[in-house]
Amino acid sequence: MNMNSQEKIIEPLLFEKSVPDRAGIPLPASDVPVTLEESHFPASYQRKTPCEWPELSEPQVVRHFTRLSQLNYSIDTHFYPLGSCTMKHNPKVNERLVLLPDFVNLHPLRPHVLSQGILEILFQTEKWLCELCGMDAFTLQPSAGAQGELTGILVGRAYHESRGEKRPVVLIPDSAHGTNPASVAVAGLSVVTVKSTDQGHVDVEDLKAKLNKEVALIMMTVPSTLGLFEPRMAEIAKTVHEAGALVYMDGANLNALVGLVKPGDIGVDILHVNVHKTFSTPHGGGGPGAGPVGVKKHLEDFLPVPRVIKDKDVYRRSLNYPKSIGRVHGFQGNIGVLLRAYCYMRLQGLEGFREMSESAILSANYLRAKLKTLFPKMSKEYCMHEVVVSGEGAFGPGIRTLDVAKRLLDYGFYAPTIYFPLIVPEAMMIEPTENETKETLDSFCQAMEKIIEESKNEPDKLKSAPLTTPVRRLDEVKAARQLNLKYTVNSNL
Amino acid sequence: MNPNDLRYTKSHEWISADGTAGVTDHAQHEITDVVFVELPKVGRVCKSAEACCVVESVKAAFDIYTPVSGEIISINTDLSGNPGLVNQSPYEAGWLYKMKISDDSEREKLMTYEQYQEFLKSN
Repeated sequence: MNMNSQEKIIEPLLFEKSVPDRAGIPLPASDVPVTLEESHFPASYQRKTPCEWPELSEPQVVRHFTRLSQLNYSIDTHFYPLGSCTMKHNPKVNERLVLLPDFVNLHPLRPHVLSQGILEILFQTEKWLCELCGMDAFTLQPSAGAQGELTGILVGRAYHESRGEKRPVVLIPDSAHGTNPASVAVAGLSVVTVKSTDQGHVDVEDLKAKLNKEVALIMMTVPSTLGLFEPRMAEIAKTVHEAGALVYMDGANLNALVGLVKPGDIGVDILHVNVHKTFSTPHGGGGPGAGPVGVKKHLEDFLPVPRVIKDKDVYRRSLNYPKSIGRVHGFQGNIGVLLRAYCYMRLQGLEGFREMSESAILSANYLRAKLKTLFPKMSKEYCMHEVVVSGEGAFGPGIRTLDVAKRLLDYGFYAPTIYFPLIVPEAMMIEPTENETKETLDSFCQAMEKIIEESKNEPDKLKSAPLTTPVRRLDEVKAARQLNLKYTVNSNL
Repeated sequence: MNPNDLRYTKSHEWISADGTAGVTDHAQHEITDVVFVELPKVGRVCKSAEACCVVESVKAAFDIYTPVSGEIISINTDLSGNPGLVNQSPYEAGWLYKMKISDDSEREKLMTYEQYQEFLKSN
């Protein structure tokens, strides 16, 4: 799309290149009437004017899409330290395996006797997740992290209701991901916010003051969105359990824990896992994802159905869970994504996961140590898999984190998440993952150092950055205020 | 509105004697360019410090709290078509809502203009 009419158009739209009657393949003249009969299709729904499909030759179409793909910035070309949405490397072997015809041609309605292989894989994937997370049962159905949250909250609600308790409140720390309160609202419960301490941990005194018989669960992100391990997690879990409530863990940051800490061992009753963040399934194009949910024994009966069970030596799907919250997905989940997660687990093994988490933590702390001199407000604490820096006091006058993030693009780095977590002013959240080499991390730090120098000596460069990308700085405010998602043929956007 | 006549909260809202309320110039600067404002329903009865509006910029969404208890009696409908008024004119055209103040002593306990300026400096 032509993002900004004042700029050079890098690649025109197919509609703009269209020439009447041009086609990729010469089609024979139609030998059936082209007018629809009223009896086939009501006249009120029939088109009055022809649909203006673009008409192009095959090479034109191929070149158009190839050129667009070359304008893409991706993990396959560059470092992608995108904070909470880890763009970790997706092993290419996963892609080869999931494209095997035996997987591609599966149908979800095939009887279980003919689907033993895939059912076994799903069963084993649940077992792997149980082992890695210290939980007793998993559902693989949720299609993404946020749907996992909703599923987990509904499971918690059903648990309390089964005990004759009405608990309408969910506690959420103010550093949480925005999806947490949204999921609570969708589940029909209400949110009470728990404050953070100055160090960015949950304020346990504030939590205790807000804990009562109304509270169904607390949603903890561990490590927190500040990349910090919650030092009082055991105490928090104990206090919450004593009040009869449950501990939910947002597993978005599990990449720091796998093989090192089992959430089930630190008091977590329910958690969701973003397999695309931790178990290397691709995402970033808006899906599909997967957000399996794990629970402890006392909550297992409430998990969604159908569940994959092993009956003697036969795997099958069972609906026989009368307390279940029901279905959250048409079938067993996004199988292609779950298969990739399974491949990744088999590839890593338990030892490999420990090394993965340790390397992710080491990489983030390496960045933290190297960037410490550049960012005066850096936390004194060691971080886990991501380091959050505050831009306050780090840049030249009038320069904000947004400008620095845009300038990073000119240096060939994708910008990290900015302005999140909300409790850190001018925040920048850098998550390198375990995949990056020391050389890559060093060159990222060098770029950051140069940009901070520029912010003091050549501020205009930052204000107008990026200067080298195919599309320059977008007017985000105008895009939000005058949102226009509709293309009209022959319009001048 | 003359900022000198308004009362202020620590969460950067202002309220006038007639119950008109909005966010301060400091707040609009921190929020950056406002792209959407969600206003309360007229008739809603709020306690003080209740989240009653959401102001969104491209940076984030911010809850706006009621400075005092009362009933929402009108809202600034101009903001739906022109949310940037909050930035351009936080004390005049960018007001958010007007409330019928339940207890005027609540308002008097809030910070004066001078106290609010001091508060900003100390932070």
